[in-house]
Amino acid sequence: MNNEILMAFINENTNNSAVCSVDQYDMLNVNITADQLIDLVDVLKNKQGFIYLTDICAAHYPEKVGAEFEVIYHLHNLIENQRVRLKVALAESDINIPTLTVHFVGANWMERETFDFYGVNFVGHPDLRRILNMDDMDYHPLRKQYALEDETRTDKNDTFFGR
Amino acid sequence: MSELIIKSTGQMISTETIDGDIATLNLGPTHPATHGIFQNILKVDGERILSAEPTIGYIHRAFEKLAEHRPYNQITPITDRLNYCSSPINNIGWHMTVEKLAGIEVPKRVDYMRVIVMELARIADHLVCNSVIGVDTGALTGFTYMFQEREKIYELYEEICGARLTTNLGRIGGFERDFNDIFHAKLNAFLKEFPVNFDEFDRLLTRNRIFMDRVIGAGPITAERAVEYSFSGPNLRAAGLDYDVRVMNPYSSYQDFDFSIPVGKDGDTYDRFVVRQEEIRQSLNIIRQALDKMPAGDFHANVPEFYLPPKEEVYRSMESLIYHFKIVMGETTIPAGEVYHSVEGANGELGYYLVSDGGRTPYRLHFRRPCFIYYQAYPEMIVDSVLSDAILTMSSMNVIAGELDA
Repeated sequence: MNNEILMAFINENTNNSAVCSVDQYDMLNVNITADQLIDLVDVLKNKQGFIYLTDICAAHYPEKVGAEFEVIYHLHNLIENQRVRLKVALAESDINIPTLTVHFVGANWMERETFDFYGVNFVGHPDLRRILNMDDMDYHPLRKQYALEDETRTDKNDTFFGR
Repeated sequence: MSELIIKSTGQMISTETIDGDIATLNLGPTHPATHGIFQNILKVDGERILSAEPTIGYIHRAFEKLAEHRPYNQITPITDRLNYCSSPINNIGWHMTVEKLAGIEVPKRVDYMRVIVMELARIADHLVCNSVIGVDTGALTGFTYMFQEREKIYELYEEICGARLTTNLGRIGGFERDFNDIFHAKLNAFLKEFPVNFDEFDRLLTRNRIFMDRVIGAGPITAERAVEYSFSGPNLRAAGLDYDVRVMNPYSSYQDFDFSIPVGKDGDTYDRFVVRQEEIRQSLNIIRQALDKMPAGDFHANVPEFYLPPKEEVYRSMESLIYHFKIVMGETTIPAGEVYHSVEGANGELGYYLVSDGGRTPYRLHFRRPCFIYYQAYPEMIVDSVLSDAILTMSSMNVIAGELDA
């Protein structure tokens, strides 16, 4: 298997609506919508041997209006050593995405972590609670609007470099 | 009599009475048998575990948020504190991620030097894990001997970078200095003495009838289940699947070395122990090969924007002064892009997902921490076993609190 065959397979299974590109590190990036995710992962897992979920994480792009959040999945075919990166853009107003726990048990904590830090709502997740932060925290700290430190502090002002 | 209540979430709780059948037991957060801050709320029926609910995050330090505010070279000390039993692997994995994104080619010599350091770190990590399995079964002796050997590895780190535990070892593009003569002398002594002592440790436990009876069948997991849980590293290999990043996606010239990947069969504590024992031998083998084949050349790539120039140069040449200033003030930028790079950490696939917007700090950095991912299988592995097996299972999974909580 190589990226071209995989790209053709993905296009076939998403009616050519997925945006695929191969980056300079030979990783196939596939941009899909949230409602395509479950079906695409299903065929990738059962027909193309992507049985290993390497990682789930998210990123926040506040300036991209209507696609402020991106959930990133890394899948790995261990037999043919092929990796693929799926990306799902989500709007802040509708931050829902189906859970992958139906396909991979191990997605459980990865999704809880993503929820904890970005507030992505994984619909159907069996136990969507915070995992690393305390339970009564009322915001999702990795979103870009939250500063690293208390903004009222003055002892760390750097007048020369402004940071 | 105790009575069972099933809550709407499906969680089973019990009313406790002293002579009731089911009791709730807090294993941790700070329990002397769990080497780190792990909390598990167990439901036990006598010695038998009915359910376990892990709570993690007690030493969460927001590394991913911190990383978004730090220049690239200042993120290396953060990676030290992930799996602190094998910091050099984390450091070098991070350097390689940045090099991949910045398009830096390192000399072959750097690759080989890195391989030596990473394999030393793997030995140190596996020694801690395996000797602690011994401690948890009641065999303290092997632990004291193996910690002397780990001390020698720490002395080797000291010769390379000056630090022992949180090493901050190497630089983006290579090393800060070449291996010195003391390092080579100490490494040669280590390669001579360690196998003898290690074999002694091996004889103490591996075929010891008492030890085998204690650990065989404790905390097993099947290969299918391990893959579903995204296991990696020795835990996955002990279950019978030979996935090793060093072989699958060779980095740092691992393709030049001849070594084998041990696999287990049952995925129980004994298999995990034996797989690690064999990996230590393979690591020694790799170190010897790397020393023999060590190419000549420079110990770092020609990327002055990541190297502090020699101090006397800073006073004499304009370029050195500029680079010195940019490195110290963290003004070195990296091209925009995104990259995923993974290395075979001591306990699994350690991945870095890095997004750069072309600035001085990462836009987003996510660590794929192997033990965060496989620790979620812990309840499944210990349910229906006895409490003392749960302790063994945890230590044999090599869950490191720093990496778990990031």
